[in-house]
Amino acid sequence: MASRPVTTESAPVRLLLIGGAVAFLALFLLLPLTAVFAEAFRKGWEVFLAALHEDAALSAIKLTLIAAGVSVPLNTLFGVAAAWLVTKFRFRGRSLLISLIDLPFAVSPVIAGLVWVLLFGARGWFPPTAMADAFAPAAHLAASLAEYRGLGWLFTDLAAWLADPKIIFALPGIVIATVFITFPFVARELIPLMETQGSDQEEAAVTLGARGWHIFFRVTLPNIKWGLLYGVLLCNARAMGEFGAVSVVSGHIRGETNTLPLHVEVLYNEYQFSAAFACATLLAFLALVTLGMKSAVECFTGHQSTGHK
Amino acid sequence: MKNILIIPLLATTLCTLSGCGKSVPSTEAKHPISLLNVSYDPTREFYVEVNAAFQSLWKSKTNQSLEIKQSHGGSGKQARSVIDGLQADVVTLALAGDIDSLAKEAKLVPADWQAKLPNNSAPYTSTIVFVVRKGNPKAIKDWADLTHDGIQVITPNPKTSGGARWNYLAAWAWANKEFGGDETKVLDYMTRLFKNVPVLDTGARAATTTFAQRGIGDIFLSWENEAYLIEKEFPGKTEIIYPSISILAEPPVAVVEKNTAKHGTSEVAKAYLEFLYTDEAQELAGKHFYRARNPKIAAKYHDKLPEIPLVTIDNEFGGWAKAQKTHFDDGGTFDKVYGTH
Repeated sequence: MASRPVTTESAPVRLLLIGGAVAFLALFLLLPLTAVFAEAFRKGWEVFLAALHEDAALSAIKLTLIAAGVSVPLNTLFGVAAAWLVTKFRFRGRSLLISLIDLPFAVSPVIAGLVWVLLFGARGWFPPTAMADAFAPAAHLAASLAEYRGLGWLFTDLAAWLADPKIIFALPGIVIATVFITFPFVARELIPLMETQGSDQEEAAVTLGARGWHIFFRVTLPNIKWGLLYGVLLCNARAMGEFGAVSVVSGHIRGETNTLPLHVEVLYNEYQFSAAFACATLLAFLALVTLGMKSAVECFTGHQSTGHK
Repeated sequence: MKNILIIPLLATTLCTLSGCGKSVPSTEAKHPISLLNVSYDPTREFYVEVNAAFQSLWKSKTNQSLEIKQSHGGSGKQARSVIDGLQADVVTLALAGDIDSLAKEAKLVPADWQAKLPNNSAPYTSTIVFVVRKGNPKAIKDWADLTHDGIQVITPNPKTSGGARWNYLAAWAWANKEFGGDETKVLDYMTRLFKNVPVLDTGARAATTTFAQRGIGDIFLSWENEAYLIEKEFPGKTEIIYPSISILAEPPVAVVEKNTAKHGTSEVAKAYLEFLYTDEAQELAGKHFYRARNPKIAAKYHDKLPEIPLVTIDNEFGGWAKAQKTHFDDGGTFDKVYGTH
């Protein structure tokens, strides 16, 4: 009785089901990945390396790293704070807040980009001309601070930006759109985890005399660290890979406001297929590294993806 | 204590301000400046070379380094971005209507922008040609052949693509001549033509990819320069057919005066666009399969870019504003033609 197989299907049926699943996997996951690498190296190593060394590509890589470098730490902080708030406390409007956190998942990336054009475009609610007027005193202050020795590096650019506050079609817009799109990743990963953990341990810590930050660093953080890392990885993958919203606010200035995914599209449209796929391999490589790190995280903890949609 | 701090601060502020005001014109020759050229899809390779040539010219003339940045996309979309605040110093778009909208919607260019430069502000022209599969297996020779059964025609959507509007008007011009101006017959021809269009892509590049990369369709209505680019990128796969009549496409250029005034680049932007009319730039236009305005240089490229009868938008359609309204706005002829299937 104990050795009875768990499935009762006959061998051909099992073969068919497993074969079907494997074929599906190969067709939809492995084939595209192989195609990206095969196309990238079609014209050899030299073309591949040249495509990544080109000025426009380097600037795209830099811009992508900046966008991710700003949005991932910001959203990590936000995600932890939000998850802490909605799981350790009960208050009016809590479920509304949880729904709001999900908003960037729910809206189409095109809309997520267009809202910033509507807000900060030349004919938006806060056009650059109006902002330049509002920032004028601050711009003067920054300009004069930049005159002092040793402060120039900090204030020269700030003064220039305050005098002409470009948001969309410039770096700030790209960063803002990326932050918006990757907003929920960390929070969504932590909320179910912290929900199941409950607040018993924190309550125990309070009764033993611990206080706010102490509780967070000694009790909460160790409990959520793997979930947090997992959320950060997903957030980073999306921040570097985002296309739609960033495309709307970018303005596509070559060598200035094209991120890596946008640069791939530009190259493809210019018939530089090998170069396009060379840059695509960078993104694919990033995805693979992310997956590898994710598996490592799971391996360490036995952590299964916690109810992620 | 506070006052002690504030006074030098104010003083420096004032110094900086007045200093800034004075220093701009005098040091302009030394400070590097940059220009942003917002253009449409197929001009990228052309402007890369133009920019390099103009940069060295400007450097030798004024001893000022100049950086020229480029942005490319669908012509209508690019105009939209400039209206929304993309800081273009010059626009080089696919059709006058898109620059008109910069004047109308946001007053970024003066209403009479087209009179600022020679030849309707279009330093080079192009036309619409047929691209067919190698050996022309469906024997397509002229506009009449496009409505035959079993022919698939690839053209982008005239609502979104500048090139597609030229395609549409070129077909219309042929039909108008063929049927002696009988509009019912012209509309019938156009309807049958668009029955043969399996997909309407949003832009010229997307349509090129559909035809050349994905191998859909028998004939592709294309910009002439784009057609030669396809031959270069997919050698031995396609052939270019010149129809009996086509349209003179005039992709115009303009200084976005409101932006250049702000950037202090009015002079260099104007010089940049005027440079497009010089022999050096006209040669580059020919090299990239645009038709040069300079007749001597155009003649050098005649074996590649043959003279065929070309109608103009002004004579045949009464200008862009009118053509846009009659044919492409909601309720125009395109809606009648495409709505019936």
